[in-house]
Amino acid sequence: MTEPLLEQLNYPTDAALLMRKKNTVRKMLLASQEKRIKKKIAVLGGSTTHDICVMLDLFLLYHGIEVDFYECEYNQYYEEIMFNNEALKAFKPDIVWFHTSFRNIKNVPDIHDTPEEVAKKLSGECYRFSQMWEKCFQELECTVIQNNFEYPFYRLLGNKDASDYRGLTNFITRLNTAFADFAAQHNNFYLNDLNYIAADYGLSAWHDLSAWYLYKYCCKIEAIPYLAQSVARIVKSLYGKNKKGFVLDLDNTLWGGVVGDDGVQNLEIGSETATAQAFQEFQTYLKAHLGLGILLNVNSKNEEVNALAGLNHPEGVLKPEDMIVIKANWNPKSQNMSEIAHELNLLPESLVFVDDNPAEREIVKTQIPNACVAAVSQPENYIREIDRAGYFEVTAFSKDDLARTEMYKANAQRVKAEQSFGNYDDYLRSLEMKAEIKPFSAVYMQRIAQLTNKSNQFNLTTKRYAQSEIEAVAENSEYICLYGKLIDKFGDNGVVSVLIGHQQEKNIHIDLFLMSCRVLKRGMEQAMMDELVKKAKERGIRSIYGYYYQTAKNAMVAHLYQDFGFELVKTENADTIWCLNIEKYQNLQSIIKVED
Amino acid sequence: MNQAEVYQQLNEIFKENLDLDEVNLTASTTADDIEGWDSLAHIGLIAAIEQQFGIRFVMKEIVGLHNVGEMVELILSKLNA
Repeated sequence: MTEPLLEQLNYPTDAALLMRKKNTVRKMLLASQEKRIKKKIAVLGGSTTHDICVMLDLFLLYHGIEVDFYECEYNQYYEEIMFNNEALKAFKPDIVWFHTSFRNIKNVPDIHDTPEEVAKKLSGECYRFSQMWEKCFQELECTVIQNNFEYPFYRLLGNKDASDYRGLTNFITRLNTAFADFAAQHNNFYLNDLNYIAADYGLSAWHDLSAWYLYKYCCKIEAIPYLAQSVARIVKSLYGKNKKGFVLDLDNTLWGGVVGDDGVQNLEIGSETATAQAFQEFQTYLKAHLGLGILLNVNSKNEEVNALAGLNHPEGVLKPEDMIVIKANWNPKSQNMSEIAHELNLLPESLVFVDDNPAEREIVKTQIPNACVAAVSQPENYIREIDRAGYFEVTAFSKDDLARTEMYKANAQRVKAEQSFGNYDDYLRSLEMKAEIKPFSAVYMQRIAQLTNKSNQFNLTTKRYAQSEIEAVAENSEYICLYGKLIDKFGDNGVVSVLIGHQQEKNIHIDLFLMSCRVLKRGMEQAMMDELVKKAKERGIRSIYGYYYQTAKNAMVAHLYQDFGFELVKTENADTIWCLNIEKYQNLQSIIKVED
Repeated sequence: MNQAEVYQQLNEIFKENLDLDEVNLTASTTADDIEGWDSLAHIGLIAAIEQQFGIRFVMKEIVGLHNVGEMVELILSKLNA
């Protein structure tokens, strides 16, 4: 986004400006032609929620998510979900957000309480909240976002408030730990860390008591955008809108100095000087992202030999082998950025560009539509500026995240292997591929939901599913649900394809068919179709209907069903419906060995 | 800043916050006279006024306001303090 006002929705945010310009900003966001996903969020508050929803709406529109909101009456969060939830049920929320604060703790400790009495109050609070959450899971089948509690604006016992069992600060710490434990044990439950947000804002500034007494807002009015932004990050992450990697400049971004001019020995990185320490900590911060499955790449104006020498600096934390693609040349950085995205099979806007030079940031912003460019200033601020932008908000960890860099590297090896074969089939055979294509099983539910929310290119219908919905279709016998896992001699690619079809009489309709682009042209999509047809035959099915719904990103599969031998039934604008008579179907692939 | 300038800036703030094309505030204008000026919108208006004029109201001042004229007097008294 190059529009300065819309950049307020990224980092840094001028909260007061955003509040004032909310109407203008909303109109600008709605004017975008970008296809948006639609979701329903019920905000059940223990304090006023109006402006919070207004701001949340803006942040989510910015991430391409259009939300229909439901707000409960003031402070009716408990009653609404527990006793009087017909309207809420009819609303069918995808997400319920309980916006509660320390004002909503009913059983606060009293100075006369025994430890047992306080423990009882603690479990009472936990029970009250967990009842609400369970009710959401059971009756609304939705995802829950719950605030934890911020620290209060006074401490009756002073410092001892934190350590004494009768202290409210101590009680809140224990409550927050209990909420975190619940989050660790439940998949469709996410904590909004109000405690951190308030601390980060500054607790004294956060607790603007006139905003509470006058309007019943639990925080200062100008802090509302930060609160909304935090929730928006959880939501956008759940619906696959996280960024996927970094594209990093080198000189004065990863180290102090210019390697080509100053020489490796004179670069500032390590523990010698203040500047060197700042860069070393920044490198350490970036390297930690590898564990989250975030891909690191280099885009630098340098001779490649100098770039590598800099990355091999003995005091450096990031090494050449941490990078997937290294572009060190004299081409425009926007061109390098596009090429990196292309080589990774990702969209350029899914990569975060980090460069100390404003001119380079500008060229990437202007040349690449929707480019994501970090607003960095000085090395001592880099970490905070990137961290607060929330590009990689973690909502779920899957094993694949931990192994992603390895997988992309194995891919690079495959590309090299491909070049040494004259015939593509010979190359595919040399990969010794094995696939597991089976009905959804419990261990993969999280990964499957994750894939439905983040696959954009090889995705026929771009239907998004929450994990609870995936679990529901998996149990329903009217559905055929298949996941595909691909293993080859370079490594395990993990679950890479998902197909969901529902049966209607003697027909199957394909609701969802997606595949991760990293296994494109390996025969996996054909193997998935072969397996679907096999399963369909077992059910005595006659025809399979395939649907292609066009988006800005899925042109690569516009002709997929045609290539698979389906016949066109209907065209509506750019959307198409296809039909396959399965009697005539012959298996499409034989190179991948599919496990029985 | 004089009274007329305060009115002019207030008109702009009201237009922007309430998403209206035209606002003409006078001393006797109250919330009943302006479309969309409800208790929720009032919060945003107060915050925007504080920001625009670089002033802060205390709670007693906010609850004591009865019309735009009183608000303008309050703003001017803070600016000239």
